[in-house]
Amino acid sequence: MRRWMLGLALIAGFGLVAPPGDAKDLPPLKSVRVKLPDNDVKFPAAPGSEIADKNCRECHTTEMVLFQPAMTRAGWEAEVNKMRNVYKAPLDPKDVGAIVDYLTKLKGAP
Amino acid sequence: MNAAIFSHPTLTRRRLLGQAGIAALTALAAPAWAQSVNLPLPGGPDERPLTSAFPRKGRMILQRTRPAMLETPFEVFDKGVFTPNDQFFVRWHWALIPDSINAASFRLNVRGRVSQPLSLSLAEIMKLPRFEIAAVNQCSGNSRGFFQPRVAGGEWGNGAMGNARWTGVRLKDVLDRAGVRAGAVQVRFNGLDQAMVVDGPDFIKSLALDHARDGEVMIAYAMNGQPLPLLNGFPLRLVVPGWFATYWVKMLNDIEVLGEPDMNFWMASAYLIPDTPGANMTPGQAGVKLVPINRMVPRSFITNVKAGATVPAGKLLELRGIAFGGDTGVKRVEVSSDGGKSWGDAKLGKDEGKYGFRAWTARFTPAAGSATLLVRCTNTNGLAQPDQANWNPSGFMRNVVEATPITAS
Repeated sequence: MRRWMLGLALIAGFGLVAPPGDAKDLPPLKSVRVKLPDNDVKFPAAPGSEIADKNCRECHTTEMVLFQPAMTRAGWEAEVNKMRNVYKAPLDPKDVGAIVDYLTKLKGAP
Repeated sequence: MNAAIFSHPTLTRRRLLGQAGIAALTALAAPAWAQSVNLPLPGGPDERPLTSAFPRKGRMILQRTRPAMLETPFEVFDKGVFTPNDQFFVRWHWALIPDSINAASFRLNVRGRVSQPLSLSLAEIMKLPRFEIAAVNQCSGNSRGFFQPRVAGGEWGNGAMGNARWTGVRLKDVLDRAGVRAGAVQVRFNGLDQAMVVDGPDFIKSLALDHARDGEVMIAYAMNGQPLPLLNGFPLRLVVPGWFATYWVKMLNDIEVLGEPDMNFWMASAYLIPDTPGANMTPGQAGVKLVPINRMVPRSFITNVKAGATVPAGKLLELRGIAFGGDTGVKRVEVSSDGGKSWGDAKLGKDEGKYGFRAWTARFTPAAGSATLLVRCTNTNGLAQPDQANWNPSGFMRNVVEATPITAS
């Protein structure tokens, strides 16, 4: 019986969530200043990781790379070239191979 | 060559904060996060840290610290059809995001093919006729992490979406004040975020003029009755009901009426989908015509029973969840408890507006053993979620019928 009543309460609760604030009572817009957190953790150390740190982390933290699925060397090469050609990462062409090698070793797929 | 811009406060701040950044990622193989969540994504990696370190944000799934990509923990969707501002997902393209906004000096400029260019203060904007609408804001790549084969990009679970009641002014009213001149074809939107590198493509998006003036596209200064969190676009954000979030430009400060179609990178080369039903193609398929992503498609989710859950056999099981129709309202939500052999109608909750989430409930009594629960939304245009997942190389527009395997014992 207790469980049944809890269930009912939960179901009823779903429709009873407080509605969002009334627009008529909108507070005035005040100036805002925030601090955005950062993550200065480097790429896992291995040959090529320093080149990856120097070139990738200026625009984005490492999670973006580490959370990618495993990819083939060609897949990683396409990603690195996209960063260079499309998003204009200031990446020396001679460093592309080292970064691709590093990423393929770190998160390669057959 | 180092072409990075160093004058922006964000970079200064980043260098000052230095080691004070949030803890994360100590090792790839063995994450040591205080709290984490498993999404779970096929083939992994599928563990993500949970963070409460971002301004005006509660507990969020950390996809990327800078530029911020924060996913809404899925259990939030079980609490109601309006997603709280402090758990509304966040996604930025470039890391040069102002960390302060002066409400007195901020201006929204309207220029280009107009009779009277405008420079509107927030106070002036708030004096215009007020417009309010409930609408789902969903990332084009929501659920990308479930694509098989996997594709590169933001590896989201299902939480790169949210529903809010948006308050602000109709874009049409602002454009009418400026007076759109003959020959205008599109309207382009820019925000205060900037590319990190010289020549990096500034994030700007455009809508067709008729769409921009449809009386629903709006400029929001509040969501759910409160000013927008900075990370959701304070002070102003474009709201494009029924369309994917890529068009909902944050920190909107510039509107340009164009005399020819916008060929900028973010319209012509990025956020493109196959021009096929459901944006579906096969990996490696050649000769597929690509078009800018546009209208959303229906989706539905069970929110109170997780995949892999064990439930009591022989007892009534209450299911509940959310659905949305995409670019129109929800007509019907159906639930199957036998993997799709039979379907029953769910009971729909209150209609808060056709572009928003719609609550639904259903009940059945599971027999002992395993079962697969399915939920399927059909929108008021008659478009239903597909049984098979779509695929495209960018991981856009996933809306397959969601399957939730359970065991009853």
